[in-house]
Amino acid sequence: MTDVVELTAARAAELVRAGELSAEELFSAYRERAAADELGAFLWLPEGSPAPGDGDSAGRPADAPLGGVPLAVKDIFCVEGTPTTAASRILEGYVPPYTATAVERLAAAGAPMLGKTNMDEFAMGSSNENSAFGPVRNPWDSERVPGGSSGGSAVAVAAGLAPWSIGTDTGGSIRQPAALCGLVGLKPTYGAVSRYGMIAFASSFDQCGPITRDVTDAALLFRALTRDGRDPCDATSIDLPEPVELPAAERLDGLRVGVVRELSEAEAIEPGVKDVFRATLSRVEELGGAVEEISLPHSEHGLSAYYVLAPAEASANLARYDGVRFGLRAESGDLLSLYERTRGEGFGPEVKRRIMLGTYALSSGYYEAYYGRAQRVRTKIAEAFAAAFERVDLVVTPTSPSAAFRLGERTDDPLAMYMADYCTVPTSLAGLPAISIPAGRSDGLPIGFQITGPAFSENRILGAAHALERAIGFDSSPARRASEGARAEVAAP
Amino acid sequence: MIGRSQVLHVARLARLELDAGEVERMAGELSGILDHIERIAELDLDEVEPTSHVVTLENVLRADEPRASLPRERALASAPDAGELGFRVPSPAAA
Repeated sequence: MTDVVELTAARAAELVRAGELSAEELFSAYRERAAADELGAFLWLPEGSPAPGDGDSAGRPADAPLGGVPLAVKDIFCVEGTPTTAASRILEGYVPPYTATAVERLAAAGAPMLGKTNMDEFAMGSSNENSAFGPVRNPWDSERVPGGSSGGSAVAVAAGLAPWSIGTDTGGSIRQPAALCGLVGLKPTYGAVSRYGMIAFASSFDQCGPITRDVTDAALLFRALTRDGRDPCDATSIDLPEPVELPAAERLDGLRVGVVRELSEAEAIEPGVKDVFRATLSRVEELGGAVEEISLPHSEHGLSAYYVLAPAEASANLARYDGVRFGLRAESGDLLSLYERTRGEGFGPEVKRRIMLGTYALSSGYYEAYYGRAQRVRTKIAEAFAAAFERVDLVVTPTSPSAAFRLGERTDDPLAMYMADYCTVPTSLAGLPAISIPAGRSDGLPIGFQITGPAFSENRILGAAHALERAIGFDSSPARRASEGARAEVAAP
Repeated sequence: MIGRSQVLHVARLARLELDAGEVERMAGELSGILDHIERIAELDLDEVEPTSHVVTLENVLRADEPRASLPRERALASAPDAGELGFRVPSPAAA
């Protein structure tokens, strides 16, 4: 039998449905691999098989659309009876009394939870170094970061410890780690996927989405996440205007593709990333697409607006961690210092920084200068995208200004870390769907290509990504990479 | 620039205890970040409406149907100090 790790999730599901692969064997093969994880990808694995959380997938996995193919879940999703920490000390030991809609829907569709993955604390970070439970290492080079905040979810898939995973994206937390780990990451349109049971960071940005080995797997998970329509438990969730199609496109004929000048040629973008980006634009043209340069005015200020708005929302959302209802409590004689000490001891440095930044931006006397102006920049960026989509069908940029950087390289410089989100935050500010696909390598490290479309154009994005993926032929197989790595070591002088 | 006293003021608003080293570091880091952010002060945004939410939704209503809520003991299960009827905290009047 083929090594299951070689299979994409879609292929594994097909084999299960055809009766050629047992869902139980598939689950235990991945469970074994996940248990042997040396990269720090997982924070929690179930004691025995089958996993808790798949209680909903009554009936045979072979009958379910996702075929019983196990799913790695970012530790930001509440799962009833399973420790959920958002990689924070302040939630250590917390066991939620209910399950996030996203996890419930995927389990019901036949993707039982394999385990909970590591992440930046409360999803704040771009390298996964902000986890209270240790960093995650990039399987392409274990001295480098996997990106963040969904670093564990990306590494689980990239290292073949899980067939597929879900993460969350606030300013790039699905797309950037997918790019740095050579995977596909989809951030859906804001509202497409329920946020119920997803621990909140910045509520007007947070979206759940898949991290997968290929575009078809991403479409399968996205379809299962949205099939039951809006979730009454999340007032901001919306019915998709059309059903999710599995992508089949092989050409891009007639498609108008806009290259964002401000986000593609900026000085902050590494030469190696620019090279892969330009080569990918040539692929777009070879496939029949029409490439034109466009301008997205104000998008270069996206980072500034984002690092006011997201921390502002976070400072309000994280007020609930006060040592009263769940998680850590620092004992103290009076209530005020109980709050202050619990939060001082429970939160890590980046979370504190963002709470401080957000509280400052919302405080009396500064509100209009920071929060008010940032909201107006958000309007300008959303308008710039709307104007762009009058001329082009899709907008493309590099996903990340750099390839995976070294562990520790940016931990002392918050601004340098924030720069990792330069190309992804404008889309987040506008609430638009975007995908990152692996487009090539620079110095051996994967480089992502970001495709953004108008709200609810996921089918268009997935189709274009599918055609490009076939033309690029990027190899994301963990097993093949492992043997290639071994060969490289042997070949080294 | 943000000074020590401003850091302490904001930390009190955020109910966040910082030690002396953290206060020092926070002053420097927040100043650096705000310097960068302040570039948006140069933009002409007077006529621009603020966006607080990207999706246009209005009056999301649902039928008023009674359903079971979380049983009390489960809601209290993760509390660091639960009484029989609720969450126990030091009296706000203490200290």
